[in-house]
Amino acid sequence: MPTSVGWVWLVVVLPFLGFLANGLISLVKPQAKSAVSFIGVGVLVAAFAVAVAVVAGLSQDQQGAPYVLTYWSWMTVGGLEIAAALQVDQLSAVMLIVVTGVSALIHVFSVGYMRDDPGYPRYFAFLNLFVFFMVLLVLGASFPVMFVGWEGVGLCSYLLIGFWYLDKVNADAGKKAFLMNRIGDFGFLIAMFLIFQATGSLAFTEVFEAAPEAFTINGEIITLITWALLRGGAGKSAQIPLYTWLPDAMAGPTPVSALIHAATMVTAGVYLVARSNILFAMAPVSSVVVATVGAVTALFAATIALKQWDIKKVLAYSTVSQLGYMFLGVGVGAYAGGIFHLVTHAFFKALLFLGSGSVIFALHRAYHATHSHDDAQDMRNMGGMRKFMPWTFAVMWVATFAIAGIPGLSGFFSKDGILAVAFARGHDHPVFYLLWLMGVIAALLTAFYMTRLMLYTFHGPSRTGEGEQRHLAEAPWVMTGPLVVLALGSIFAGVLNLPHVLPNPGWLEHWLEPVTELSHRYWNEVHLAASTEWLLMAVATAIAVAGMAGAVIMLKPEKLKAAKEAPAETGIQKVLLKKWYVDEIYDALIVRPTVWMSRNVLWKFFDAGVIDGAMVNGSAWTARAVGFVGSAVQTGRLAWYLLVFVIGTLVLLRAVM
Amino acid sequence: MTEFLGNIGYNNWVLDALLVIPLVGALAVLSVPAGEAKKVALGVTLVEFLVSVPLWWTFQIGTAAMQFQHAYPWIPGWGIYYRVGIDGISLLMVLLTTLTMPLAVLGSWNYIKDKLCPYYALLLVLTTGMLGVFVALDLFMFYVLWEVMLIPMYFLIGVWGGPRRLYAAIKFFIYTFVGSLLMLVAILAIYYMVGDATGVYSFAYDHLLENIGAVGSWGFWLFGAFALAFAIKVPMFPFHTWLPDAHVEAPTAASVILAGILLKMGTYGFLRFALPFFPSEAMHPTVVTIVVGLAVIGIVYGALVAMVQPDFKKLVAYSSVSHLGFVMLGIWALTQASVAGAIIIMVSHGISTGALFFLAGMLSERRHTREIAAFGGLAKVVPGLAVVLTVVALSSIGLPGTNGFVGEFLVLIGSWGPYPWATAVAATGVIFAAAYLLWALQRIIYNKLDKPENEHLPDLSKREILVLAPLLACILWIGLYPKPLLDRIEASTEHLITTVQEQRASVAPTPGSEEQVP
Repeated sequence: MPTSVGWVWLVVVLPFLGFLANGLISLVKPQAKSAVSFIGVGVLVAAFAVAVAVVAGLSQDQQGAPYVLTYWSWMTVGGLEIAAALQVDQLSAVMLIVVTGVSALIHVFSVGYMRDDPGYPRYFAFLNLFVFFMVLLVLGASFPVMFVGWEGVGLCSYLLIGFWYLDKVNADAGKKAFLMNRIGDFGFLIAMFLIFQATGSLAFTEVFEAAPEAFTINGEIITLITWALLRGGAGKSAQIPLYTWLPDAMAGPTPVSALIHAATMVTAGVYLVARSNILFAMAPVSSVVVATVGAVTALFAATIALKQWDIKKVLAYSTVSQLGYMFLGVGVGAYAGGIFHLVTHAFFKALLFLGSGSVIFALHRAYHATHSHDDAQDMRNMGGMRKFMPWTFAVMWVATFAIAGIPGLSGFFSKDGILAVAFARGHDHPVFYLLWLMGVIAALLTAFYMTRLMLYTFHGPSRTGEGEQRHLAEAPWVMTGPLVVLALGSIFAGVLNLPHVLPNPGWLEHWLEPVTELSHRYWNEVHLAASTEWLLMAVATAIAVAGMAGAVIMLKPEKLKAAKEAPAETGIQKVLLKKWYVDEIYDALIVRPTVWMSRNVLWKFFDAGVIDGAMVNGSAWTARAVGFVGSAVQTGRLAWYLLVFVIGTLVLLRAVM
Repeated sequence: MTEFLGNIGYNNWVLDALLVIPLVGALAVLSVPAGEAKKVALGVTLVEFLVSVPLWWTFQIGTAAMQFQHAYPWIPGWGIYYRVGIDGISLLMVLLTTLTMPLAVLGSWNYIKDKLCPYYALLLVLTTGMLGVFVALDLFMFYVLWEVMLIPMYFLIGVWGGPRRLYAAIKFFIYTFVGSLLMLVAILAIYYMVGDATGVYSFAYDHLLENIGAVGSWGFWLFGAFALAFAIKVPMFPFHTWLPDAHVEAPTAASVILAGILLKMGTYGFLRFALPFFPSEAMHPTVVTIVVGLAVIGIVYGALVAMVQPDFKKLVAYSSVSHLGFVMLGIWALTQASVAGAIIIMVSHGISTGALFFLAGMLSERRHTREIAAFGGLAKVVPGLAVVLTVVALSSIGLPGTNGFVGEFLVLIGSWGPYPWATAVAATGVIFAAAYLLWALQRIIYNKLDKPENEHLPDLSKREILVLAPLLACILWIGLYPKPLLDRIEASTEHLITTVQEQRASVAPTPGSEEQVP
């Protein structure tokens, strides 16, 4: 094992130490902000450096991976053996770099964004804790260790969504996120039980090695396992039907949205499927379900993103939609493709969120200066921001081009890679053509809503009040610096996995080969003629350009009215703005009936009325009534008692003998 | 260290000392001025704890035999002995008890304001009663201590409790008493039947267990009597309604002890007596259906009812019904993982729910109400308390990395093999648990700080931190490194499982042979 791979525990421990230190500061000396920034950012930079060293070590020696580093025995009972162990292999390496790298940038950004917040130390404590759990999630060497990280990031998401907890809306959103994740985690648990029963282990290396013998292809058990895993993944990665928590999660500070709810945590579901690729490959039906869930989510969420006014809500639905692409990718067997989109998305979506954060930050400061109470996230209150924030304006256009799929940028290659495989699978079954088509339409919508966001935010006249405009300014360098780095990533990350018709193609695919090769024999090889591949790229380009051009032609930012003066939406526009009323439907069908039934039927009627009232106290009353009659028997004469006692004892003994 | 313990004969007197120290302490408490009572009680419980700690190391891992065993004649004519000894399961229960008691005393420090001497004396008597139940290896002694324990608890609730304390205390007493009377009848019946069959009339655990075949067809009734007594104590759905009342009215320390230790006596009884004595009855398909069914109903029902409680203590009380449902499921699934998980839950429920009741007490000491709706936004006023409440709630939810997860996970993964459907339903408990605790958490420490009474509450005092810190340490320790606990119970659970399975095979016709009956 390369020496540096052995350092991997440091990547886990460093953020945790940061959490402890900052947590202590937040309780004891919350005004020590510079110490907090130093520790909070410092541990992340150090963790990133170690991560790079680990991956460098791994890349020098590809023979021995996966390296499993066992630290102690966690749960050992009977045949069950779960070790506290980490696994370093090509897949966890990619995730490790993305997680620590993007996290470090976002920590830096946060120093500027959160500087005036009284909860500054608490914020960094939670953010450090999040990175700790996220690293654990991607490094865990078994399903249960991964589950520790899995639930831990959910916890941090809960804590950070509800960061400004005095507002009930935020606390509600945090709770909703945790609960919906738990609904998914139920699936994760069931999957673990099934896997353990079938293979006698929960460690990745053992399970995946045993899988070909333990399961029959397309069998009941493997299908059930993958369905259950999908449920877990759908909760964490906000896929239909468990996606509604993610848009609400925007209640948290914007860097949190960038880190947790765009770049890292929400991609855990994709990672889970990619990690378990052999299981999904052996369950083709489940794979189609994964792909379908992904394609439908991609399209559905994109429609909602078309009409949102809150800049972060647009990005939130966009994230749901992009995660749908990743699911589509891993569902059609393009495991490397799904991970590739995960990587590029981490760059451009983190950039978009942070950029929107800069805008909100600027607007917020302006409103603060004029004591105005307008909504700093409503795009109708923006417009013309390019004058005030040239850097933010420029880098956000870069990200928009990337996500829309303009050729040459990272998003173009990663999205194209997924759609190409989906199209190629159409050869096996026509349903994949449909999924491909849905992906293409979603791409059109993506180009449209992103251009809409840019037009309304940065172009046209400013709709921010006259007084406020004087206070609008570009964010400090500590914030724009990370944006520039992410912009570079958004542009160049495409070279990681170029299509086969270009020079040096498929580097990432090749790198991940040791992890994904297990599943190769269960998938037909993807065959695409070079001409088809070129054609698909041309279609993708046309779609992207059409979407962007459509937005430019159809939308008139100069006619938009500020939020206060804007007329109410009607018809389909309103349905989209109201997100197809899914939240209302869930609330009416599930949440309220459960609470109502628990309160009125189970508790007040059944528990208090039937069990406690009729049965328990009822028998007490009966006993008392009988006792009242029986008191006539209590004559107070000793001889009488003695007689009854003797007869009673005899009867009892008789009965026992 | 071990040498020193050997020199002072630690292993020979430790269990006796644990039973005697609190009684002596109780007398001492009664004879000092009221102002000194709590200090003496704290000293006594701390000594008790320190005396018990070396058990952890002197206890021999890897054997299911009862250790530290010895006996003195009590009423030898009737075969009644003072007979004590512990295995891994009792070891954990004993240590849980000795750990909880000093905390209970500290937690009562300012809360109890009158009749101090009797209060602390009762706490100490209760300690002996509880420890006695866990170490007794003579069924008569077990029964006596089982009842002895009721009386201090009755007074603790009835005298120092809330407004409806008498109703709650009497309900608690009668309900448990009815169950235990049936158990007494069953114990006597076993005593006579085994005595008749062997000629040796003795209440010794081993003797009765070895010759339990003598009860013949009475097994079902006897099992039923034991099972009812224990099921009430657990409490299993639908015998649980005494619990919320008792908890709500009880003073903080009594709630902590009730949830932390007393409830475990029910499940301990199943593990120690009901299952080994009556394996074929306990594992009869009908009984299994009923027990597993009620356990699973308890898990979901307890959680749903907990969710809608306006009173924080009642919420925690119903959550106990849910948690103990996991324990019952684990015991009845009878696999290594599930039984070990059940025992881990017994310990960790004691810790987490104990901590929750302490916190509920601290909140109501500050605000003189237990209504969840009376709070809100406390994280801003009392950040320390909010942090602890969050951590404890998360452990109760079963977040991985905390003690709650280890027990639940082992129970579920171990029960999956025998009862997949029941386990699947039970696993939904993880969702509901998150629902009721997070909702409560939100209404207490989050949301708007809109009540002026809440604006100037003091944060945790040093004494309160002292109460909570050991519990927090246990939450993380058991969550991250439960191996030492698992090691200590492994042999005992293995022994239990094989005993039950062997006896079931020898006493009852196996399912295979049943089929051959025309």
